[in-house]
Amino acid sequence: MNTSLSWLKAYVPGLDVSAQEYCDAMTLSGSKVEGYERLDADLKDIVIGQILKIEKHPDADKLIVCQVDVGTDAPVQIVTGAPNVHEGDKVPVVLDGGRVAGGHDGKKTPGGVKIKKGKLRGVESCGMMCSIEELGSSRELFPEAPEYGIYIFDSSAPVGESAIAELGLDDVVFEYEITSNRVDCFSVIGIAREAAATFQKEFCPPVIKKTGNSEDVSDYIQVDIRDQALCPRYCARVVKNIKLGPSPKWMQRRLASNGIRPINNLVDITNYVMEEYGQPMHAYDLDTIAGHKIIVRRADDQETFVTLDGQERTLDSSVLMICDEEKPVGLAGIMGGENSMITDSVQTVLFEAACFDGTNIRLSSKKVGLRTDASAKFEKGLDPNNALDAINRACQLIEELGAGEVVGGVVDVYPNPVGETRVPFDAAMINRLLGTQIEESAMREYLQRLELGFDDKTGEVIVPSWRQDLECLADLAEEVARLYGYDNIPTTLPTGEATTGKLSFKLRIEEIARNVAQFCGFSQAMTYSFESPKVFDKLSLDEKDPLRKAIVISNPLGEDFSIMRTVSLNGMLTSLATNYNRRNKNVRLYELGNIYLPKQVPLTELPDERMQFTLGMYGDGDFFTMKGVIEEFLEQTGLRETPVYDPNSGKPFLHPGRQANVVYKGQVIGFLGEVHPEVADRYELGERTYIAVIDMPYIVQNATFDRKYEGIAKFPSVTRDLSMLMKKEMLVGEVEEVIRKKGGRYLESFHLFDLYEGSQIREGYKSVAYSITFRAKDKTLEESDINDAMEGILNDLKKLDIELRS
Amino acid sequence: MEMHIKDRLDEIRKQALADIHSSDKLETLNDIKVKYLGKKGALTAVLKSMKDVAQEERPKVGQLVNDARVAIEELLERTRREIQAREREAKLAAEVIDVTLPAKKNKVGHRHPNTIALEEVERIFVGMGYEVVEGPEVEYDYYNFEALNIPANHPAKDEQDTFYITGDILLRTQTSSVQVRVMEQEKLPIRMIAPGRVFRSDEVDATHSPSFHQIEGLVIDKNITFADLKGTLAEFARQLFGEQTRVKFRPHHFPFTEPSAEVDVSCFKCGGTGCRFCKGSGWIEILGCGMVHPRVLKMSGIDPDKYSGFAFGVGLERIALLKYEIDDMRLLYENDDRFLKQF
Repeated sequence: MNTSLSWLKAYVPGLDVSAQEYCDAMTLSGSKVEGYERLDADLKDIVIGQILKIEKHPDADKLIVCQVDVGTDAPVQIVTGAPNVHEGDKVPVVLDGGRVAGGHDGKKTPGGVKIKKGKLRGVESCGMMCSIEELGSSRELFPEAPEYGIYIFDSSAPVGESAIAELGLDDVVFEYEITSNRVDCFSVIGIAREAAATFQKEFCPPVIKKTGNSEDVSDYIQVDIRDQALCPRYCARVVKNIKLGPSPKWMQRRLASNGIRPINNLVDITNYVMEEYGQPMHAYDLDTIAGHKIIVRRADDQETFVTLDGQERTLDSSVLMICDEEKPVGLAGIMGGENSMITDSVQTVLFEAACFDGTNIRLSSKKVGLRTDASAKFEKGLDPNNALDAINRACQLIEELGAGEVVGGVVDVYPNPVGETRVPFDAAMINRLLGTQIEESAMREYLQRLELGFDDKTGEVIVPSWRQDLECLADLAEEVARLYGYDNIPTTLPTGEATTGKLSFKLRIEEIARNVAQFCGFSQAMTYSFESPKVFDKLSLDEKDPLRKAIVISNPLGEDFSIMRTVSLNGMLTSLATNYNRRNKNVRLYELGNIYLPKQVPLTELPDERMQFTLGMYGDGDFFTMKGVIEEFLEQTGLRETPVYDPNSGKPFLHPGRQANVVYKGQVIGFLGEVHPEVADRYELGERTYIAVIDMPYIVQNATFDRKYEGIAKFPSVTRDLSMLMKKEMLVGEVEEVIRKKGGRYLESFHLFDLYEGSQIREGYKSVAYSITFRAKDKTLEESDINDAMEGILNDLKKLDIELRS
Repeated sequence: MEMHIKDRLDEIRKQALADIHSSDKLETLNDIKVKYLGKKGALTAVLKSMKDVAQEERPKVGQLVNDARVAIEELLERTRREIQAREREAKLAAEVIDVTLPAKKNKVGHRHPNTIALEEVERIFVGMGYEVVEGPEVEYDYYNFEALNIPANHPAKDEQDTFYITGDILLRTQTSSVQVRVMEQEKLPIRMIAPGRVFRSDEVDATHSPSFHQIEGLVIDKNITFADLKGTLAEFARQLFGEQTRVKFRPHHFPFTEPSAEVDVSCFKCGGTGCRFCKGSGWIEILGCGMVHPRVLKMSGIDPDKYSGFAFGVGLERIALLKYEIDDMRLLYENDDRFLKQF
């Protein structure tokens, strides 16, 4: 929404503030001004001059030398190449030292261009005559300007006066961001009302006079609304003996300052009223309306219609149409039809000012794929009471401009008039909500400024129909607050019952995950939750893999963002690939993000959102580096037992011989491994890449922050080393299992200290050596104390076909 | 006899001191010690010859022997210290390192800028007694819209360009949905923030992403006022952007709050005088807020006549981009190591 300052002043004559003051105050009172443009920002010293004499330039065929009266004692001499000027013409003249906005090609120069006295081919030129483009505007907005050449004023223009003022360029145009609840502010009048309330000035809206001849409009047109829910009101008036022509300059200037191109008096009047009242209007050629009857009805399914832009539209029964007795003549609230449009030969015009259901217009406009200035206004849900004022205002302008003869009377079909509403007022409650101590009388004065009424008997605020957004006391509180000034409201902190600030347990565990990953050299990545269904193939998932059962977004941004991820690897591998592609070395990333597992597809209830702790890396480090991170994490979350790694994890996207499920207390809590070379190729990852995924819900469920000090060992430990020969394919995990099981009560720890495969070892075997430590809390261990345990371990190892070496 | 021993002692002493003076290694000193003071050493030999000395002279001779021993031992000790000091000096001199050689770092990773900003925000609000809670990202229409006073066909639904899964299940467009879930639990008072991922159908560009993060805040108690909202957010802004930060509340409209406001903070780059960063205005918009709409309270089973509250919503990416001067939102989701390492 835009308004020019001059147009606002027409309704708030006392408005006398700088553009910046206006912006600041309006923004603080609730009409956010996004910015403003001073139309003459780059213009300086430009006056109306009259060309007294034109002579040929002595040395240039294409130049002429003009003597121009600029209201000073002596005329100034200006050399120009413009072909369209004649003696006696009045033109804009920028004087020596003045500024224009840009070139006559319409390109603006920031800050403008300074014009200085100089010589053109030896002849002195003391200024410049300007085209409309050089004045920073265009022929679009000033249709009377010549296509190429100097702007020529009407003969009545006062010589020596400001050309900028004459063209209405001494104006400021404000641009607003109007919130969706303030439909009334999508009009100059609505903004003017706010400005008057903000600056405490008198608000003087246009006074609408009775118009029309002695005829009765109902002899010309009848209106039948077949769907009153979608069209609560329809006003129609008729104007005959139309005299098309340009609208007056003042109207053109106001439209131009709002960025609307002047066309002719009839079109300009409807546009003017739409801007002024926020009520879109439509004009039909009455002679094309069959039976002189307007019927408002829903379209038939598959009905087609040609709008006035020449496009054929296919409709359905949700779309509302304006029809005559035989055919549709307009898409209600969106665009008129080609068959009834105004042409140069129009005799009699039917004006329509109606009110349509906002939601329906919005949906129809979407469905038809056509959004117009009118539909943009209607879809906000307009005040039906505005329609009559608007159509009468238009007829008044017709008469004032002499654009035709207005037929007396209005056809006004308005079966269920909307009245004013009432909201109980309670000053104490408002103060309690705001934390203020504003006097009741002050509150009432604020509300009055906004043209809200007050019923002293009931203590209710009377809300006019254009403020349909005011429904409850909280709404009134906002009106009071914004006129009192948000910045005048005190600044306090909530009192009352104390609450304890804390993170949820889950968030604390996630914090540990971040810390462990970070200290292990991993940086945090964030990737999208939605991805392409092609990811499943990329990860080599089997056709029947349950992970392929994913939630599908019905209106995605494209296939690449169309399903909710069921596995967290794609984002990680893509990010690693981005890094690899950019030649970043030794990259380690982690992510904490959800996967979304539907209980059934399509969804009937919310899916299981499972936080995954995903780690990925290439470069330095290997499978066992990853394993180390997992174990650090488990330890930090209080899961102190060593997890078991089961190589039979069956992940198709991982190297078949380098992957494992992480099993904790018998439950699979994640997996890790080297990315399968085929999958790595698909992501264009040229290095061995390792990933690990931990299912966070399990961790959250089992983690604990309980710690107990167990004392520091006082007695010495006893250590035994075991050196073994075992089949190559046998897992050392099995050895560890035996040590754990048979180690007895004094077993403290054990660790692998040697692993060898090679020439000194029997083919197909490996040499493995463990160091086992025993300790008692209460005594120094004797040989005899650990003999049983060692014997048990050795026996079980032998059962596994493990040879002991000495 | 007496003189003879005295001469011998003088001779031994002289010889020993000379030996000590001429030695420059600890091992030689040891040899000297053995040679003169050891069991078979020269001084011991003198003592052994005491039996030949007259009884009455023995104390005197003993004294002489002892004097010699002490003198030798003292010099031995002094020299030992000197040699040790010299050797240490030499060792230290030989061990000089080039301290400008590169550091050996334990390569620690980096947090995502979003997380750093989020932890900062969480720290501030936890300190003010807020609980950090979460809610589902795939959400019912009811929690995301309807219970927030955005009924079916409300234009706000279009404005927010929602991703739908089914007719009534969607990807949440705002963390405000968590408000409703917390209010429904009927545990009052409420002071919470709810950070999380939200989704809107925006094409990816320098300032938009179809997936981003918000932090919703909600306080509900008896006698909560708009002034409390102002005070809370002013405190938040000061802690986040610096003590000198000022805040400006502008009236705005959100369906779920009334009165509503948008909040600007004084530009923390120029302090409010206007610069390129704040586009010359001196202010930067950071969040939306307001008093919880009575209809929203009522829908979640809270009596608006007894309780009031405020809510606010902050865009996490917006904070991160502003605070760390990141000029393109896409960087946040590319995960380039060279980007992440800067945080």
